[in-house]
Amino acid sequence: MGKGRRIFEKVVTGVLFSSSTITSLTVILIVVFLFKEGISLFNSTPTEKNYVIAVSKVNTVPVITSNQLADIFNQDITNWKQLGGRNDSIIRLTVNDLASIFTEEELGPNLEFLPVKVNEYVKATPGVILYLSKSQLPSNFEGRVIPVKKITVKDFIGGKHWYPTTEPIPQFGIWPMIVGTLMVTLGAILFALPFGMATAIIMSEVADIRLRNILKPVVELLAGIPSVVYGFFGLVVLVPLIQQLFKLDVGETVLAGSIVLGIMALPTIVTVAEDSLRTTPRALKEASLALGASQWQTLVRVVIPYSKSGISTAIILGIGRAIGETMAVLMVTGNSSNIPTSFLQPTRTIPATIAAELGETPYGGLHFSALFALAIILFMFTIIINLTVEVIKNRNRRF
Amino acid sequence: MNTKQLKQRIAFSIFGTMSFIVVAILVIILGFIVIRGMSAISWEFLTEMPKDGMTKGGIFPAIVGTGCLVLGSMVFAFPIGVLSGIYINEYLTESWLKKFLRMMTNNLAGVPSIVFGLFGMALFVNYLSFGDSIIAGSMTLGLLALPVVIRLTEEALKTVDDNLRLGSYALGATKIQTIQKVVIPIAFPNIMTGLILSIGRVSGETAPILFTVAAYFLPRLPHSLSDQVMALPYHLYVLATSGTNMEESRPMAYGTALVLVSIVLIINVSASLLRRRIQKKVKMN
Repeated sequence: MGKGRRIFEKVVTGVLFSSSTITSLTVILIVVFLFKEGISLFNSTPTEKNYVIAVSKVNTVPVITSNQLADIFNQDITNWKQLGGRNDSIIRLTVNDLASIFTEEELGPNLEFLPVKVNEYVKATPGVILYLSKSQLPSNFEGRVIPVKKITVKDFIGGKHWYPTTEPIPQFGIWPMIVGTLMVTLGAILFALPFGMATAIIMSEVADIRLRNILKPVVELLAGIPSVVYGFFGLVVLVPLIQQLFKLDVGETVLAGSIVLGIMALPTIVTVAEDSLRTTPRALKEASLALGASQWQTLVRVVIPYSKSGISTAIILGIGRAIGETMAVLMVTGNSSNIPTSFLQPTRTIPATIAAELGETPYGGLHFSALFALAIILFMFTIIINLTVEVIKNRNRRF
Repeated sequence: MNTKQLKQRIAFSIFGTMSFIVVAILVIILGFIVIRGMSAISWEFLTEMPKDGMTKGGIFPAIVGTGCLVLGSMVFAFPIGVLSGIYINEYLTESWLKKFLRMMTNNLAGVPSIVFGLFGMALFVNYLSFGDSIIAGSMTLGLLALPVVIRLTEEALKTVDDNLRLGSYALGATKIQTIQKVVIPIAFPNIMTGLILSIGRVSGETAPILFTVAAYFLPRLPHSLSDQVMALPYHLYVLATSGTNMEESRPMAYGTALVLVSIVLIINVSASLLRRRIQKKVKMN
């Protein structure tokens, strides 16, 4: 072999190898970029940059968490006693409120007397909590700037309120979305599993070649329909139907999302389950039939136990398909940020929230980071699902 | 008839009914879209710009936009996918590297499309400052299609009989010559099927293009790779949920859905016809 030839082979191998690393590289880059944008949520306080929270000097509450702050501004907490402070009812103020308390003359035409008035007001009102920008803070401030605790992962995951654009204190609690996502996914699997398994069993055990030639393309076509088309169909057919059937105010519900997602998860479940049912060795089946078992008994006692791991893979992949689906759910579940308590209530899922909100979110803000943090949660869900499938596959190979 | 057979008959007829329902679901969805969409389809609908707050006119820019995105994503994903499929299947023996690469490919395939959208926005639109553009959207869609192309290429290569490879080596051919002259020509039609299937997948995706390229309303054709475009799936989403006049734009939405579904289904059907033809040929040989 000539030297040129050898170099050529080396180069080609190099090119092939580098191409094969692109997928791994992409996965790594996805992780890096999601964390790069998302992690800054947990290094920030929910107040905007350059804004501070001022209280009176007599106030004894040492620090305040973001959720407490939001509760104060939502009037769920009304007395400092509830936060372990003095018995003073809380008086919430923003700078705009000051403008209505004092006259224009008192504040000066360019607000030059504002700091003085801030001092006066904070001194006179022990229960005050004032949200203002650093520049509006008097240089000889006679109150206290209360430190705000940073948003924690626990606040984020366990928080029950998602008000990302509320002024002055936005709230980033994703618990309602986690519940919504899990409920919609659960409903989808409850729908897709029986129908998917039934179809898989018919295709692998019962159908003759002609029936199979109908069912297989049907499943392939179902897999091929774009998710936005499913969403559109759900919106114009399913949603009004559910609304009429259950006499609801709105038909956009968890149930609508579950059915649409269930249909979308069907092809995955059918294909994977059928493949695994087919791997049952012929000898096992025939032995069972030879012992006098019916085809049904063989199926229940031999084929299904043999392909158990394949069937679990089918279910898990179906869940994976449902959990990350965006457009269809976005169109049929109503996008309510309340925690759903039944299948007939509207909800919103993690992917739907990202799709609905990212377009109108300014780059680099807290809301922007929060959406990337949501994507991290979603990404983790899918990685767990993939690894579970991987584990099942490997365990199966050992036997 | 004894109880054993009765049980079997009942069970199988329930399952049969259930799979019939699955068929019915497909028929209902397709039938609904075809029947409602037909009346909106006309030559003008396919070749004109949208007009009057998207209640009149056509969807031409969206069709062209989707065409651009499909082409762009395949220019990127197809060569890389095929090359990496060749590497994984032809060069690697059952080793940790092969397992690792397969696992990463599966992981990438499992990433939700909205996450691709976010990633594309963070990397291509913002970090590499491509802006909302065909190039950013195509790259994002290309990454999404990559695992599909790789997997289908691997499957295509696996159908090539090992004896042919050995025969080629026995004649003194090198590995690359074997791949070039023996393996790829045989696997070629199957690889093409893979290409067609990934085009079908890419053309219907909405979430990855939301923040990387898709324009809400842009009644002109793109001039360069850094232009935004309208795209069929996103256009359908817009018409269905946020048009200025939803009632009047409904017929347009049905028409768009029909065009989108037709494109995707024609692609899928031609792929499976091609595959069936190949299988027949293989059997005849």
